[in-house]
Amino acid sequence: MKFQGTDTYISTRELDLSVNAAITLQRPLLIKGEPGTGKTLLAFEVAKALKKNLISWHIKSTSDAQQGLYEYDAVSRLRDSQLGYEGVENIANYIKKGKLWEAFEAEDQVVLLIDEIDKADIEFPNDLLLELDRMEFYCYELQLTVVAKHRPIIVITSNNEKELPDAFLRRCFFHYISFPDKETLTSIVDVHYPGLENKLVDSALKLFYEIRDIPGLKKRPSTSELIDWLKLLIFGKITSKELSSIDLTKGMPPYSGSLLKNEQDHELFGNMGYRFRR
Amino acid sequence: MFLDFFLLLKNDGLPVTINEYLTLLEALDSEIVEYNVDDFYYLSRSILIKHEQHIDRFDVLFGRYFRGIETIDNEQFMKIPEEWLRRGMERILTEEDMAFIKAMGGLDKLMDRLKELMNEQKKRHAGGSKWIGTGGTSPFGAYGYNPEGIRIGQTESRNRRAVKVWDKREFKNLDDSVELNTRNMKMALKKLRLLTREGREEELDLDKTIEKTSKNAGVLELEMIPSRKNNVKVLLFLDVGGSMDDHIEICAQLFSAAKYEFKHLEYFYFHNCLYESVWRDNTRRWDERIPTFEVLHKYNNDYMVILVGDASMSPYELMYTNGSVEHNNDEAGFTWLTRLKNQYPRMVWLNPVPVDYWRYTQSIHVLREFMENRMYPLTLAGIQDAIKALKTKTRTVKIN
Repeated sequence: MKFQGTDTYISTRELDLSVNAAITLQRPLLIKGEPGTGKTLLAFEVAKALKKNLISWHIKSTSDAQQGLYEYDAVSRLRDSQLGYEGVENIANYIKKGKLWEAFEAEDQVVLLIDEIDKADIEFPNDLLLELDRMEFYCYELQLTVVAKHRPIIVITSNNEKELPDAFLRRCFFHYISFPDKETLTSIVDVHYPGLENKLVDSALKLFYEIRDIPGLKKRPSTSELIDWLKLLIFGKITSKELSSIDLTKGMPPYSGSLLKNEQDHELFGNMGYRFRR
Repeated sequence: MFLDFFLLLKNDGLPVTINEYLTLLEALDSEIVEYNVDDFYYLSRSILIKHEQHIDRFDVLFGRYFRGIETIDNEQFMKIPEEWLRRGMERILTEEDMAFIKAMGGLDKLMDRLKELMNEQKKRHAGGSKWIGTGGTSPFGAYGYNPEGIRIGQTESRNRRAVKVWDKREFKNLDDSVELNTRNMKMALKKLRLLTREGREEELDLDKTIEKTSKNAGVLELEMIPSRKNNVKVLLFLDVGGSMDDHIEICAQLFSAAKYEFKHLEYFYFHNCLYESVWRDNTRRWDERIPTFEVLHKYNNDYMVILVGDASMSPYELMYTNGSVEHNNDEAGFTWLTRLKNQYPRMVWLNPVPVDYWRYTQSIHVLREFMENRMYPLTLAGIQDAIKALKTKTRTVKIN
């Protein structure tokens, strides 16, 4: 079974290839790219296209690798033992399974998303090396080796907040989602809003690329911002005529708040208009 | 199979390993890809390259390796009617090229010479200055250096496609050996964060304490973790004016990046070389000067020092008293730099001048030696190295 994008997700040939190679060779796939280009979405769509369950593990700055395996709730056990509850002698009752354990245990192959791995501590990826390599880990409390029934398809996303260790990178396939060109972007829009007036899309895309090209923007709007913006345009019943008459040097397009998300960018935009007018 | 290709990448400094090469072979074996170069490009990139800043170099090398395979051989070329060539050429050549061709005696003469050569030449050829082939200086062939050359079998005319993917070099601005731009600067910032993770264990880790205490059957056991505070202290000395004018923009970027990253950042300006006083506001540099001694006294040796400057000055400015271009200095710049170095052993120098030019300037030599080679170019890779170097100390030097 090969991944080729879905009816709600347009993927490029290169992305398909990376995904399929990672699946066939059973390696984790590391996805990087500008925010809003559909990194996290990819895992959801892969699961959907291949009709597999998705287990997602969202990493926070406080996450550690052990949480993905299991957690031993010693405090509950201590409390229960003082209260004389049943089952306290069985340590297994106080082991909470993590996402990785869940994925290993699943009856069918699942897609495991490790989202924003760079948010965690620097050592985090290193702590998962063996687990991702051999797809097994050892639970000390139960003296049990957990082995994956089916190697899950692992998709890892990163926003580049931290460097990932080389040893970890060696084990992954890597794909950098670059910002889509106009053709791809048009088909992405098409997937989200079928039947949208062509002219509206054209003029919206034109404005969108113009805004993206403004030098010095702190956060350039990306695909997800475009989709939101189009939604607002449809909602506000903006016609293509209105849109095409907008001159970026004179003023902002309607609902620009959904495209530019920080103060400085709005300011820059305002100043730019001012400069051109003079 | 592709060992040459793999070695080419390896020798050009891309961090590829044998394991990845084997994975690539395995992937080819499992027939995920169709047999064409585009697919192979995507596949090998996905397997061998793990950093977006390496993609550009990969693109270049890939292009270099596969160019030979891509070009058509002469057997085929001989069959191309002359008319086609001529039309294709007129499309490819720019105005300037056409002017050059005129200088060589016009298109017709060039075509005559081409035909002549084709009759003489029977084998496929690369390099050299006469024959038709690739990478040479003859006016005929592909990817050559002769501006008035005829490109035979190069991507544009042959494939009806503007440029090959790897020839587009879309990832060029992610390459870490190019100078920093805004995006790269953000990346460099993140490198600086590496430093900030160090510190003493001084905060109570409540969860771990509870856990350990519980495991300890209720006997209290304290567990501490390093505080997450950003306790790196940095003194930034920036060279302004004169020869630094060319580098103002990049220094401003570094400055704003550093300002954002460190809580304890103190910055000072100097001109060309460090002397007895520095200033903080460049517009009022003549009124509000701070004695350098005051800086040395105020900030203890916990601080790390980053000097930013092109280190390009006359040796007098560095070595002699009264050598400054702006004022009469009682002590040589070198003395002041030594004091700074002794006080702050963790010190590096970032130089916006590209490394290739360093050897042409004597003062760069001297200062590099003085800094114990801790002078780095102001590029992403350079900053990375500098950050690494900041973790170790320099030697103390006696002032004579």
